[in-house]
Amino acid sequence: MNNYFSMGGYAAFVWPAYALSALVMIGLAVTAWWNLRVRERDLAKLRDQLP
Amino acid sequence: MSSFFDRYANPTRFMRLATAVVPWTAAATLLLLGSGLYFALFDSPADYQQGESVRIMYVHVPSAWLAMAGYSTVAVASAFALIWKHPLADLVARAASPVGACFALLCLVTGSLWGKPMWGTWWAWDARLTSVLILFFLYLGHMALLNAFDDAARGARAAAILALAGFVNVPVIKFSVDWWNTLHQPASVSKMGMPSIDPRMLLPLMLMAVGYTCFYVTVLLLRVKGEILSAKIRALRLSLMQVANQ
Amino acid sequence: MTRKQRRLYFVLLGMLALGGATALVLTAMGDTLVYFYTPSEMAGKQIGPDRRVRIGGLVEKGSVAKDHETTNFTITDLTATLPVTYTGVLPDLFREGQGVVAEGRIGRDGVFHASEVLAKHDEKYMPKEVAEQLKKSGRWQEGADTAK
Repeated sequence: MNNYFSMGGYAAFVWPAYALSALVMIGLAVTAWWNLRVRERDLAKLRDQLP
Repeated sequence: MSSFFDRYANPTRFMRLATAVVPWTAAATLLLLGSGLYFALFDSPADYQQGESVRIMYVHVPSAWLAMAGYSTVAVASAFALIWKHPLADLVARAASPVGACFALLCLVTGSLWGKPMWGTWWAWDARLTSVLILFFLYLGHMALLNAFDDAARGARAAAILALAGFVNVPVIKFSVDWWNTLHQPASVSKMGMPSIDPRMLLPLMLMAVGYTCFYVTVLLLRVKGEILSAKIRALRLSLMQVANQ
Repeated sequence: MTRKQRRLYFVLLGMLALGGATALVLTAMGDTLVYFYTPSEMAGKQIGPDRRVRIGGLVEKGSVAKDHETTNFTITDLTATLPVTYTGVLPDLFREGQGVVAEGRIGRDGVFHASEVLAKHDEKYMPKEVAEQLKKSGRWQEGADTAK
């Protein structure tokens, strides 16, 4: 197992590449979804204020 | 063609279409990236020269492709915005640009992490690497211009012109490795002829590439929906203010 | 002509002009945009010892000689060759038959004194067994692409 994580000596390059990719992509997905939720709520609130 | 756009580029119809499509593309993303990661990290061979470091390819190459696809989205949307003044086109360009910028950044960083152990350097000013860096700066410029004007329409116009002008960079990126001597190796996967990559390595690469594409479509649809809602909120606020002033 | 058509032609013309201008500039800059010269190109250029350049090619088989930290080897593009001397750590991929890019100056002795050596890899990806199989069956094309 330890052997696997060492990636043939390239662990310091392989794992950061995967970790950064995951981080950025999860960040993109979560912010896109969260912004949409917030705007849906804002829009509903505004519609309630309409006469 | 114009009837197609009249039909689906209508914001309300687009909202409905996107709401219907997103669950499917999201599910496909999870499935493809899940299986892609399994093959990329556990069930694919090490390279005869590069050893285990070749696994960086499975995240580096798809982000490079998506960085170029993202820019193409921005450029095509900008053309539609400038020529046909379509209300949705500006929103698509605005939604796509930060996503493409993230992929360009990922491409540069993962490439750097791959270059250090293999080439012996984090960075080289060769034609391929430099043109991708320019792509990243074009994205930044596009995002900056969008927000640089008080009048949003003027900002969108300026950004669209930049996006179209910058599109010349895309073929330069693609063919840089063929036109000039570069440190970066030429393409392994091209339409013409057999890819010079082992099938057991091509499988995770393709799974990841299609997975990244589904991810991009999902995030883009969510972001365009968000932009449509923002536009609606702005319009509503304006009309509420007018009601209050009367 | 409607306004839409006019805008369409304006954008198309603009893109065409820009594309043409870029092509012209890139062609004019041609030689400065390459990352390295091959030994054959070097031979035709007469670059003096005061100019830093990068040369690229394959490490010639059987040419590598190590003396402590210093490595002497020959770079070839299968037409011309250039002897190189380098003191320092070599990248993992450096080996005979491998594509490399060396940065430095050419000495009066005709030897290239490299201050940095980078490895270049080709676009072929395959497991070790497959590479060995190909070499055994004689279908291996050594450096056919890297030497370009």
